[in-house]
Amino acid sequence: MRPAFSVIFLTTLIGAGQGLFVALYSAEYGASLGLWAMPSAQYFSLGCVLVLALLGAGLAASFFHLGRPERAWRSASMWRTSWLSREVIVLPVFMAAVAAFGLVHHLRGAGDLTLALGGAGVVLALLLFVCTGMIYACLPFLQEWHTPLTVINYLLLGCTSGFLLSTAWAAAQAPALLVTAAAWTAGATLAALVMRGAALARNARLRPKSTVQTAIGVKHPRIAQKAQGFMGGSFNTRDFFHGKSISWLRLVKWGFLLLVFPLPLALLAAGAALVSWPILAAAFALQYLGLLAERWYFFAQARHPQNLYYQAIS
Amino acid sequence: MSKQLALVIDLNVCVGCHACVTSCKEWNTSGEAGFMSDDNPYARDPTGTFFNRVQTFEVGEFPNTQTVHFPKSCLHCEDPPCVPVCPTGASYKRAEDGIVLVDYDKCIGCKYCAWACPYGAREIDEHQKVMKKCTLCVDRIYDELLPPADRKPACVMACPTSARLFGDVHDPESVVSKAIRDSGGYALMPEWGTHPANHYLPRRKTEITLHRDELERVDNPLKIDGKLPKPDSRAPSLDDSTSW
Ligand code: SF4
Ligand code: SF4
Repeated sequence: MRPAFSVIFLTTLIGAGQGLFVALYSAEYGASLGLWAMPSAQYFSLGCVLVLALLGAGLAASFFHLGRPERAWRSASMWRTSWLSREVIVLPVFMAAVAAFGLVHHLRGAGDLTLALGGAGVVLALLLFVCTGMIYACLPFLQEWHTPLTVINYLLLGCTSGFLLSTAWAAAQAPALLVTAAAWTAGATLAALVMRGAALARNARLRPKSTVQTAIGVKHPRIAQKAQGFMGGSFNTRDFFHGKSISWLRLVKWGFLLLVFPLPLALLAAGAALVSWPILAAAFALQYLGLLAERWYFFAQARHPQNLYYQAIS
Repeated sequence: MSKQLALVIDLNVCVGCHACVTSCKEWNTSGEAGFMSDDNPYARDPTGTFFNRVQTFEVGEFPNTQTVHFPKSCLHCEDPPCVPVCPTGASYKRAEDGIVLVDYDKCIGCKYCAWACPYGAREIDEHQKVMKKCTLCVDRIYDELLPPADRKPACVMACPTSARLFGDVHDPESVVSKAIRDSGGYALMPEWGTHPANHYLPRRKTEITLHRDELERVDNPLKIDGKLPKPDSRAPSLDDSTSW
């Protein structure tokens, strides 16, 4: 598939936002259990502004994916069957929950109301991860995507990114939380590494179910396309091929593995030891670059069976 | 059982002339739904939106090759994966005749349905920014202003070799059902369970099988071909008259 940049930005930005919100809520929940002191109201309210900025940027990016953005409201109608429609509904509801959580923190401070609102927000964040992942995982013939690992990785990578941002936020606003946040971030990063690695290993061994034989229904081991019906390209040749070499793909793969996992972990250790929010913010930015590459690779790696019909121009 | 209109395409007959492609484009670009965009139609790298494409495949290794011309359009799957994924409901399958359509007024151009079609049968219109695909000429086949013989998809009307049959595949007596039954009609990529309504008829070679004994005269006990010695003039013959 050709990676769609609007979707790459959408999924990585909202993933970071969702992860950060889960971290904010965990900070409040832990404090309510007496595990640590309650962070300041500003930690929550400005934190929510940060979450909303990430979600809003993702939402804005998604509009660039649409041919007819002015009709985007229609996309909420088929939630019974379409994961995309479900995502379109859950995202604004989640944003509303985040806004309410932040606002109540700002106006009244932490309490039962924020705990309830935040709890609902966390459920919505998790639901949003499921919706986003299922958009890809539900398509059976995109075999690289059709696995629970897709949903798991959207969840884990989003949490990794958001948690890492939460360490920078904690270093700036609530240093008492930093060690716990760093530990959770490291845990999420390692879990994401294991699961993303599992997805890579699985996909490396995939055998495509469709072949040119099943595509045209001729049983012969040697079939060569001689013409695809046109010479100047079409939607089918533009949107389903990434057009990059195998070595470029390999480069992107090792690049994202490096940028998403070991480098941020090293910076995380340094930033947590020095209680330095700029180092932690740099770690987040670096990892975000890696996540863009990860998402690019996720798309490029998927081989759509329609490509069997577009193997040769003439 | 409800109707399921479909095409049956005979690969044994298709000569790859692209008449179906051009007549499809001509009919559908002039319809009420609006034009089908083209870019650089007469220049370098022409590109545009089509509902139907004819592709060519070479089967086998030289010199034992067969050329297969392969027309490809939306197969109007009985279980279309492109429909449930559409977030707006713009993509739908008609209950009354099984045609899969896109409502161009509802489509937001998100392309999710094109991802969800394993056959690459959908193409986005680069200027109208909505998804397009074969409509089975739904604006022709029910048009009572046309003579009944013309109420067929434009591609079917145009095909000079009658490689394209049109009818209801749920009606066992229809021309398409008979063709599928009698000539080995098959579906594309059956592995995905989409149950395409359109079927293809395979290439068929007309051969007669000769056995060895059919190459030799069985009434030739000496196994020698050629003139037998003349019988004696008094010897009995089949009709009891002489053959001299
Ligand atoms: S061929 Fe593709 S577009 Fe047509 S009904 Fe089947 S899945 Fe949908
Ligand atoms: S491109 Fe149009 S028809 Fe296809 S899924 Fe999106 S809204 Fe539906």
